[in-house]
Amino acid sequence: MTGADGLSAWRDKLWHAAVAGDEYAAADAALAALDHDISMETLLLEVVAPVQARVGLEWEANRITVTQEHTATAVNERVLAALAHHPVARRAAAAREPGAGRVAVACVDGEWHAMPARILAEVLRLRGWRVDYLGAQVPAPHLIAHVHRTGCDVVALSSSIPTRLPAAHAAITACQATGTPVIVGGAAYGPDGRHARLLGADAWAPDGRTAADRLAAGPAAAGQAMDYLPHLDDEAYTMVSRSARRLVRHVMSGLEERIPAMASYTAQQRHHTAEDVAHIVDFLAAALYVDDPELFGRFLTWTAGVLTARGVPAGTLLPALDLLAGRLEDFPRASALLAHGHAAVNAAGSESLHPATERPHDRLRPKPAEARPVHAARGHAAHLHSG
Amino acid sequence: MTDLTSRLGLDDTGSVWRGAPYPVLVVSAAGVIAQANDAALRLLPGAVPGAPLADAVPAWLSRAHAQVHDPAHDPVARDAAGTSARGPIGAATFEARPVRDGDAVAWWLTDATDLERATQALRVERERTAFLDRASSELLSSLNLDRCMEVTARLAARHLADAALVILPPARRRHPVAYCGPDGTVVREELVVDPESVPGLAEALQGYPPPPSRWICPAAAPGWLARDGHVEVGSMVVTALPGHGVPAGALVLLRGSGHARFSEGEEVFARLFAARAGAAMSAARLYAEQAGITETLMRELLPPRICDLHGVEVAARYRPSEHTARIGGDFYDIHPPAEPGQESLIVLGDVAGKGLEAAAVTGKIRHTLQALLPLAGDHQRVLELLNGALLTGGGHTRFVTLVLASIRCAGDRVRLRLTSAGHAPPLIIRTGGRVEEARTEGTLIGVLDHITSVTDTVVLDPGETCLLYTDGITEAMGGPLGDEMFGDQRLLEELRRCGGMPPEALAERVEMLSSQWVGGGDHDDMAVIAITAPRLAHLSAVGGHGRGGFTA
Repeated sequence: MTGADGLSAWRDKLWHAAVAGDEYAAADAALAALDHDISMETLLLEVVAPVQARVGLEWEANRITVTQEHTATAVNERVLAALAHHPVARRAAAAREPGAGRVAVACVDGEWHAMPARILAEVLRLRGWRVDYLGAQVPAPHLIAHVHRTGCDVVALSSSIPTRLPAAHAAITACQATGTPVIVGGAAYGPDGRHARLLGADAWAPDGRTAADRLAAGPAAAGQAMDYLPHLDDEAYTMVSRSARRLVRHVMSGLEERIPAMASYTAQQRHHTAEDVAHIVDFLAAALYVDDPELFGRFLTWTAGVLTARGVPAGTLLPALDLLAGRLEDFPRASALLAHGHAAVNAAGSESLHPATERPHDRLRPKPAEARPVHAARGHAAHLHSG
Repeated sequence: MTDLTSRLGLDDTGSVWRGAPYPVLVVSAAGVIAQANDAALRLLPGAVPGAPLADAVPAWLSRAHAQVHDPAHDPVARDAAGTSARGPIGAATFEARPVRDGDAVAWWLTDATDLERATQALRVERERTAFLDRASSELLSSLNLDRCMEVTARLAARHLADAALVILPPARRRHPVAYCGPDGTVVREELVVDPESVPGLAEALQGYPPPPSRWICPAAAPGWLARDGHVEVGSMVVTALPGHGVPAGALVLLRGSGHARFSEGEEVFARLFAARAGAAMSAARLYAEQAGITETLMRELLPPRICDLHGVEVAARYRPSEHTARIGGDFYDIHPPAEPGQESLIVLGDVAGKGLEAAAVTGKIRHTLQALLPLAGDHQRVLELLNGALLTGGGHTRFVTLVLASIRCAGDRVRLRLTSAGHAPPLIIRTGGRVEEARTEGTLIGVLDHITSVTDTVVLDPGETCLLYTDGITEAMGGPLGDEMFGDQRLLEELRRCGGMPPEALAERVEMLSSQWVGGGDHDDMAVIAITAPRLAHLSAVGGHGRGGFTA
């Protein structure tokens, strides 16, 4: 990080405190930044959010452990809680006008990463909104009950894991069906927000500041609730999604035939391989849902990077893709996606085909939780939820 | 080529043409009438040959004639046989069709009065149906009363009047009001006003049919109704918004003095709209009332907020089994010490079953334990009394397993007394990643007359955590292949990687691993509590602990 904006020193301070699990030092750094005339909003959006994004990047590069990742996140959350009680935040809340707009900020069901949404909620509070922060993984029925109960003006929905896009779509249409517009953000919607448009969101924001500006620009009318995506008529998504676990089994037995070394796998190695495959199938389903080969390609490129960082050749992913392609050859869109994925893996790594035999590490596969901050950070550090 | 004029006038069809039942005018390019048959002269006595068309016929017809000859006019449309004009002649509506020959045009006129009337009626009906359809879908989409009022006022102002006002029966002497002016902006407010000041309004709010618009003097409208700078009221309609047996409110439509008064048909239509709006508002009110009741009754059953336990960090996660529910058969409670230096008590338990019925039992257990707090120094005694209360409680028999954790700070360390009553023993996560099971066991509660229990005492060094959890975590079914249980072993393996984590991160991680194991499938209630001895001095400024899970 360069010091061009004069904030990198603060980011470094917060980063070191967070990754060390030192909430005292972290809170001190944040409060000291405020004392140095850095505004609360800048602190939230340009110090805390990038530090959180960095947590994911560092895990991706295998420079911190899962424990450190979770600990750093917890420290950042405590910093946010401390900032929410700071006099600056209290004054903003006290100065709120009686007719201020009301916004519900929530993460889509299955979305565990609450930080970006929480930062947005704090920024909106600072800007005079009446904010209901519903937290991580909000099931759509809860969200809708909240919308009916409060009659909020707008819903801000954060999702960073692309595999949750179908759930996000359901939540968006359900909100719109109540006449409430939805602004979405987060890495799940793609670098340019293309999936937000596809799913009919009323607005998309690449980062927290844009989201706040967009909301300040005035009320958007809720779009027509519409959940029809014509490309789903080929039933490829339905097939892959409904039979995901059967597909994983098929791939697993195929791998055992193709790769003799698997016979000597421990139960745990076998389990992690199955998890890897399940993750590929989940992203395949998501890519089919939004009809975007790049989503699948990005996931595989990223996975290849994570594997490489841990000393595993990216080529280990290829047999699984081939087995899936054999199973799904009746579905042209699925075949095209798998071919695209194959090319992405080839481009990302060597052609070495020694799958998973010498795994040095039993935490190779990104679980969605780990994938999340990394996705947030990857190339677009300024997502609604990271920015 | 034979000229049309001469052909019509001179050939042997002339008499047929003259007597034709339809009026026909032959007009030259210069706009002078060349011929008119008998029917035309009866309709337009001035349309004698030689008279300028503009003097003899209404303006719409002479305009149409000019257009037929206008080179700028679309030649395709001009030459099309179907080109026709329509307009009034006297009280009737006529359709005029031109037939060209050279420069002259023969205008054939047909009486289209009935057609016009039917077309007009059809258009109005279509517009009204479309409006009611749109209104219904907009009104039905929301179960929020304020929003329903806004939608009603906006739709009424846009489609039925210049301005509209929705007023509800008073709540605490104030009438909720939504007003929409000609600019389409809705203002919502609560007003102390006298409905008697508006003719018909008090009746409408009581469900009586209000008087027809023509009996209401618009000058009687008070300022909160006829707002300055918006509309100078020329006419006004008051309509009841019918509700579920009782009136939902009233709708007042205002039209400016420059516009036509409300017709009887419009008043009837306003009532049709009001019926839909009233139904939607009543449903919204009913929903709000029911949601309020549920909220009030459920408040006691929701997991409590995490409170400060003076030198001990606590984090909790809670996820009920049903997506639509916020409560279930798992529960926890956190009782801070009555006085500083005394023990805190944390309880985590699991009532057999799930859903509302199990949740109701958790309420009873939590209340009983609250009453037994003074005895918390003796876990066995507390459990015996709780067991007795459940056994004698009668009604449906449900049993419960639970863990009691009494907590006291001892310098930087935290001392815990842990007692399991038929529940999975707590797990202790040491700093280095070693995971121990607390050596406590006991009988589940609510089944046997006599129960036994063994209490374990555990000391946490700074950074170490005691984890209490329900079997919804370990018995989660799923995994990559879909048919495996998450299991104790996997939980232990994961926890070994969690040494030194803050309690929020640890509790979240456990809940997350189990939830993701399940994937999109069904799961049981899940509850997790992490009790941690702070790694560093406690940061009291950081008090922003929320409720567990998404129940906030």
